[in-house]
Amino acid sequence: MSATFVGMPVFPVAARAALADTQLRHNLAHATGTIRDKRASVVAEVPDWEDLRTAGAAIKDATLADLEQHLVQLEAALTEQGATVHWARDAAEANWIVADIAQSHGVDEVVKVKSMATQEIGLNEALAAEGIAALETDLAELIVQLGDDLPSHILVPAIHRNRAEIRQIFLDRMASAGRPAPADLTDEPAELAAAARLHLREKFLRATMAVSGANFAVAETGTLVVVESEGNGRMCLTLPDVLVSVVGIEKLVPTWGDLEVFLRLLPRSSTGERMNPYTSTWTGVTPGDGPREIHVVLLDNGRTRALADEVGRQALRCIRCSACLNACPVYERVGGHAYGSVYPGPIGAILNPLMKGVGQDAQTDSLPYASSLCGACYEVCPVKIDIPSVLVDLRAQVVDAHRGQLPQAKSLAEAVAMKGAAATFASSRRLGVAERFARLGTGLARRLPVASPWTGARDLPRGPVESFRAWFRRTDGGRSE
Amino acid sequence: MMRVALQVTCINDALFPDTGKAVVTLLRRLGVEVEFPSQQTCCGQPMVNTGYVDEAVPALRSFVEAFTGYDAIVTPSGSCAGCARHQHQIVARRSGDTSLVAAVEETAPRVFELSEFLIDQLGVTDVGASFPHTVTYHPTCHSLRMLGVGDRPRRLLEEVRGLRLVDLPDAEECCGFGGTFAMKNADTSIAMGSDKARHVRATGAEVLVAGDNSCLMHIGGLLSRQRSGVRTMHLAEVLASTEGLS
Repeated sequence: MSATFVGMPVFPVAARAALADTQLRHNLAHATGTIRDKRASVVAEVPDWEDLRTAGAAIKDATLADLEQHLVQLEAALTEQGATVHWARDAAEANWIVADIAQSHGVDEVVKVKSMATQEIGLNEALAAEGIAALETDLAELIVQLGDDLPSHILVPAIHRNRAEIRQIFLDRMASAGRPAPADLTDEPAELAAAARLHLREKFLRATMAVSGANFAVAETGTLVVVESEGNGRMCLTLPDVLVSVVGIEKLVPTWGDLEVFLRLLPRSSTGERMNPYTSTWTGVTPGDGPREIHVVLLDNGRTRALADEVGRQALRCIRCSACLNACPVYERVGGHAYGSVYPGPIGAILNPLMKGVGQDAQTDSLPYASSLCGACYEVCPVKIDIPSVLVDLRAQVVDAHRGQLPQAKSLAEAVAMKGAAATFASSRRLGVAERFARLGTGLARRLPVASPWTGARDLPRGPVESFRAWFRRTDGGRSE
Repeated sequence: MMRVALQVTCINDALFPDTGKAVVTLLRRLGVEVEFPSQQTCCGQPMVNTGYVDEAVPALRSFVEAFTGYDAIVTPSGSCAGCARHQHQIVARRSGDTSLVAAVEETAPRVFELSEFLIDQLGVTDVGASFPHTVTYHPTCHSLRMLGVGDRPRRLLEEVRGLRLVDLPDAEECCGFGGTFAMKNADTSIAMGSDKARHVRATGAEVLVAGDNSCLMHIGGLLSRQRSGVRTMHLAEVLASTEGLS
């Protein structure tokens, strides 16, 4: 439980290491391929899928445009239903609020529903520092936690592991965290799930406090919604006395009618199912049923910064389905860890820079470049986030943030090349001259024994003896050839 | 009479002039005499997609200077057509020059990728070509997802005499070129390209065809390094071919 993304190298360096892991490549190709196919087949069943996407995007945009009013409405509804609402500007504030609630109840152990928001703020590590153990109960999160590992996917955080590796983690680590795995455990999925079920059950029955996130928060009634597959989340949401939910302020939908659209979009986009097995909704405290004390921590942590970005604000429509990860050819090859964040893949490549801001650390600045701009992410996004356009805009923000600074050698070469290109492409005469030198350059590069990033694995084309423009002029467009 | 200009693209101009010549030959055969406005340089995409938007302004000025006044601007590149249609206005607005914004409003909607021009503007699918070889086709990402050319290139290839078209597995997955991505993230780019090259080889095709020479330079560079015996050709060159016709 000590693993952290802090201090991760820039994307190309992390990717290079990941690409060398052949087991990882195989696990990812198999898993993303399977989910992609499932998604494609269940999406094809819905005749009005494109209309649903448009509706999802429109609802989120309208909500974000009027976020303040909807948040105040949500707070009022929650308070009326007996919940306590907390506002957290950043990760430190949110962590402090959750730890304080735990300490006020004398709790040293909490069970957790799978939640991206709590991973984003590093809640488990913050609670551990206060002597409070946070126990993940989602099967994949349990695998990651037991393995002292980092999540590599939003929906399937242990996607980088195959079942043989999971069996080994259970055998090696379960005993030190509670009920041990059976000694004769095989790598059959049903047996692995059964071992996890027994291990987790004693934790559900013992816990007095649970921490969750929320997929949606319905403002009109103050209802939180968690969508899941395993039912472990529902155990956490119903058994303990105290329930604390950390919810990003963009999770809000105004009405139940709006929610309907997302409950149709999300399962098909994420797990490739027509409907998810468990949808839990709760509206404040219900005496005699479920938790007796309910807290909701509304989290900013960079979301208002993203909201202020004209091109990038569409990223706040994200419902964390992971379809873009599964569709991404870059993600499929390097996996999630290379992105250095709990939000990997195409959405992570825009969300992290948008929430943190660019021009401050090289790792964040490397993320908008972690894409070939192929557009597969945009095509599958259920809320139509134009990720390629946001990536290109963020690249411009990265370059602009460093304009006027003394650049590092590598980015200096790039800046000089771009300035040179700007000057060359300003006039066709200059371009004609440059082309004659370029032919000399490619000819040389083909013969040089040193491997450049291009020629390390790829041959260069044999340059022509004459450019097109020279040919067109000489032959009058081929008429006098 | 429609005035048609050829935007050959900087990469074709410098490295793949045969593609430009093929467009001229092909369109002449179909009765369209293309002009080559010599002020043209580059669409500006390499700068825009690397984040250097200001540096793309001079290229955009050359572009509108070259192409204003034409009824159609034909380009043998899905990627450059995509840049002209979807990114030129971003560059123009950022320049703060309202006359450039107005000029782009004129040029952007008149830019057509070759297969779009042939099918939508000229209304032809049989272009009178002959190419007696086994071919597989890679739909490049920007032609597929930015422009939405759909099956237009395939429909054109299916009409070519003697051509046997075989399906490419996972055809719609990116080859990994991605402009400066190929250099800035060379390892990932090569990993993606290696899988694409593997699929190409599995088809048994003699020739890999696509509508963008930039992607073909990347995949072809890998196929060549592997001594695979598969060659790459631009769609325009196949459509211009009359090989085997008497």
